[in-house]
Amino acid sequence: MTTHAPPQPPTAERSQETLEDVVIRFAGDSGDGMQLTGSQFSNTSALIGNDLSTLPDFPAEIRAPAGTLPGVSAFQVRIASHDIHTPGDAPDVLVAMNPAALKKNLRDLKPSGILIVNTDEFSKRNLNKAGYDANPLEDGSLGAFRVFPVELTTITRRTLEDSPLDTKSKDRCKNFLALGMCYWMFSRPMDSTIEWLSQKFGKRPEIAEANIAVLKAGWNYCDITGAFQSRYEVEPAKLEPGTYRSIMGNQALAAGLIAASYKSGRPLFLGAYPITPASDLLHELASKKEYGVTTFQAEDEIAACCAAIGASFGGALGVTASSGPGIALKAEAMNLAVMVELPLVVCNVQRAGPSTGMPTKTEQSDLLQVLFGRNGESPVPVVAPASPKDCFQMAFEAVRISLKYMVPVVLLSDGYIANGAEPWKIPPVDSLPDISPRFATGDSVDEDEGFLPYVRDEVTLARPWAVPGTPGLEHRIGGLEKADRTGNVSYDPDNHQRMTDLRAEKVERVALDIPELEIEGDPTGDLLVLGWGSTEGAIIGAVQRAQKAGLSVSRAHLRYLNPFPRNIDAVLASFDKVLVPEMNMGQLAMLLRARTLKNIVSFPKVQGLPFMRQELFEKIYEVLGEPLPEESGEAVSSIGGKESRDVH
Amino acid sequence: MSTDPIGGGMGSPVPSNGDGLEVPKYNLKDFSSDQEVRWCPGCGDYAILKAVQGVFPDLGLRKEKFVVISGIGCSSRFPYYMNTFGFHTIHGRAPALATGLKTSRPDLEVWVATGDGDSMSIGGNHLIHVLRRNVGVKILMFNNRIYGLTKGQYSPTSEVGKRTKSTPMGSLDNPFNPLALALGAGATFVARTVDILVPHMKEVLHRAAQHKGTAFIEIYQNCNIFNDHAFTYITDKENRQANVLYLEHGKPLVFGDDQDRGIRLNGLEPEVIRFEDGYGPEDCVVWDEKAQSPTLAFLASQLLPPHFPTPLGVIRSIDAPPYEELVNQQVEAQIERLGRGDLGELLAGGETWEVG
Repeated sequence: MTTHAPPQPPTAERSQETLEDVVIRFAGDSGDGMQLTGSQFSNTSALIGNDLSTLPDFPAEIRAPAGTLPGVSAFQVRIASHDIHTPGDAPDVLVAMNPAALKKNLRDLKPSGILIVNTDEFSKRNLNKAGYDANPLEDGSLGAFRVFPVELTTITRRTLEDSPLDTKSKDRCKNFLALGMCYWMFSRPMDSTIEWLSQKFGKRPEIAEANIAVLKAGWNYCDITGAFQSRYEVEPAKLEPGTYRSIMGNQALAAGLIAASYKSGRPLFLGAYPITPASDLLHELASKKEYGVTTFQAEDEIAACCAAIGASFGGALGVTASSGPGIALKAEAMNLAVMVELPLVVCNVQRAGPSTGMPTKTEQSDLLQVLFGRNGESPVPVVAPASPKDCFQMAFEAVRISLKYMVPVVLLSDGYIANGAEPWKIPPVDSLPDISPRFATGDSVDEDEGFLPYVRDEVTLARPWAVPGTPGLEHRIGGLEKADRTGNVSYDPDNHQRMTDLRAEKVERVALDIPELEIEGDPTGDLLVLGWGSTEGAIIGAVQRAQKAGLSVSRAHLRYLNPFPRNIDAVLASFDKVLVPEMNMGQLAMLLRARTLKNIVSFPKVQGLPFMRQELFEKIYEVLGEPLPEESGEAVSSIGGKESRDVH
Repeated sequence: MSTDPIGGGMGSPVPSNGDGLEVPKYNLKDFSSDQEVRWCPGCGDYAILKAVQGVFPDLGLRKEKFVVISGIGCSSRFPYYMNTFGFHTIHGRAPALATGLKTSRPDLEVWVATGDGDSMSIGGNHLIHVLRRNVGVKILMFNNRIYGLTKGQYSPTSEVGKRTKSTPMGSLDNPFNPLALALGAGATFVARTVDILVPHMKEVLHRAAQHKGTAFIEIYQNCNIFNDHAFTYITDKENRQANVLYLEHGKPLVFGDDQDRGIRLNGLEPEVIRFEDGYGPEDCVVWDEKAQSPTLAFLASQLLPPHFPTPLGVIRSIDAPPYEELVNQQVEAQIERLGRGDLGELLAGGETWEVG
């Protein structure tokens, strides 16, 4: 049904091209192991020193019917020899393991991009399942791409003729054939994956051997058949000197929490209820018990939060993690922590809403929820990491602020950075600051009045942490309004005003304790692009390009959403226009308008997908009223330009 | 963790947890806070408060080791009146909060005060889960079969047909049987007592205090404002002997004014036998609170008026490792196996590379 590329003599006559930047997407059925293939390619690329950024895209269904569109799972990785900030708008290379994967992902592939397809899966039945009337490999519809049809399943089976595995298990190895081909194509070593397989299947050596054999077969297929005329090289990125690892957002979040636990001497207690996309944090911490971490899978979101508050009351670092729907359930308990002024870190790994929404798709639409979604006047600090690796730093910050100010702190991550990975320069342990919570001791007891749990630190306005078991500190706290100083129940009108003011002032004072907002680019100008959270990568790409094109545009990124950095008003006042791209309908823009009365230009997007550099770039031109430069698109793949190949 | 309950030694000053200090001789007053008690005059809660304040001094623990946690409702004002650490939390959530506290601080003596609305309605989920986990907390469930603090709506333990402000034509929903619910959730210690039977209540509280794991105690408590006389059938001096069945481990189930009646089993059906008909204590079920199977306990929970006397005392008391012990054993086992986690190693993760 397909024409193979004519055999070519081995390697010698092939061209070797050096690329600065390439985006590869592995797409297949959810049973095809695409996440694994993608992460192996990423890890290997990280180890040889590329900068990289990844974007997994998996279906909500655990096992949707095989071969169908809802069952398609994909993993995109961008590797580069320079500093990058996003997994790329569109792939240069698409590996499609079946017709459904092709159908769902082809629209993103850049013209002239490389398309590797598993022809064995292009049966009439599978084509029908994917909604194809005709075989796209035969009807000329792929003419814009460089198509490499490969019988992945057939070659895998042939490679494993002597393996003791059954056919089904053999077929499961075919993703490694594709991986081997990509390793060859992009000149990557196979050692790291081979070692990983040997370890992973230490107890099932026949599986490890089969996958390794198929991986090598993929490499050899390219080497021998000459299916590909070009090989590519992506040189190591010029990153800051240091020791690096690849890290995912939720992993970094877990590491940041543990690091803060160590630096504060407070054992970490996580109360959580499984929810996408936050569950990985529970899994990650549950596997770190040797760090003194206790994880509690509660009966519901409410109990998860309450248990964390109970642990905090006892002197532990209480943390709870969820996504929007779970945060809604925790609201009442978070408010209790506001009232009793105990530490609590609430991680919200946001997903597309409202209601159940799109659990596996990303969004930033819980900002107003965490700021205002509780009864009464209930201010809490809110921080937001800007990238997967930044989750480490901001988790550490969330803990620091919570313990220092005796206040629940919300950390807003999202599905995009939770599951995305990038290289992370590992900070030396000594470089992390100590966190010293202020405990009440027996000395805190006043001779006449006894222990006063609501006497505050003059600078932070935090009350002391009075831990049960400390002699002389017996006291009662609760959700009823507290009398100033004594903490007794009070309905006094003036006291309620005072306590409300104090709780607000305490949070406001955090602004004195966090970095100022930094501007990248000129400190004044026509336009400031102001983002928060996971949009940073795309914003950097778009703004840098616009700056190179000569526009007066700068950018700044908020990692602290409440309180805002103390210089925010000055920063906003330094630009004629402010553009706020966010994956919601304009929530930060609303807050900024209310605060500054400035006409903030909102750029909302709620498609369950991150911003693309290109759309931001175009928006910048639109806002500034400038005509887009010619050839402003990034449409054509840089790796496809030299020769175009038609399969027919 | 249990030996090092709040971690420490990792960078910041650690408060004392009171371990190793001498236990003074306490009395009831030591456990009374300076707060004016504000239940309605005549409320059954007063007797429960006095009983608890009377029992805590006997438990051989320093005062600062006690934590009383409550939810919302009349009964949940309890912590304010106890001179211990106290936490008046949110509606129904006390067991969840107590679970977090006890799990991270097994050295503390954690008691929960809750009511029938707090624990059986809005907090029903947390109650069954704390019971199935067997967290080492003592739960005092004040059952007055009415919502008091919100002024008199029917509760999940109100009898069918209850006329209240929210059910002017009578309530329609069947009540929970708290003992059966607790047993169904796998509770390892279940007991029932009554507010006015102070010595009995104190005895039950002592037993609960000795139990490792969750202790669930239903306390019949009279709300003299909104549901007065709810328990008169067992609290009136005239009726009491006839209508109460005191459970005693190893003793036959005998009751009545002159100890002249008993409970026997006919197949799986309990029935009342009268000794005047030629039966004797030897024909009665011998009470076994330690039976591993909850069957007998469940059967006792189903002895309801008017056909049966109301069982009081310990319905079930079996040994099972408490949750906090198991959780901390896992942490200790990992530390034992892998050594105390090294932060540098954690940050480095698996594979790293150098950029020079």
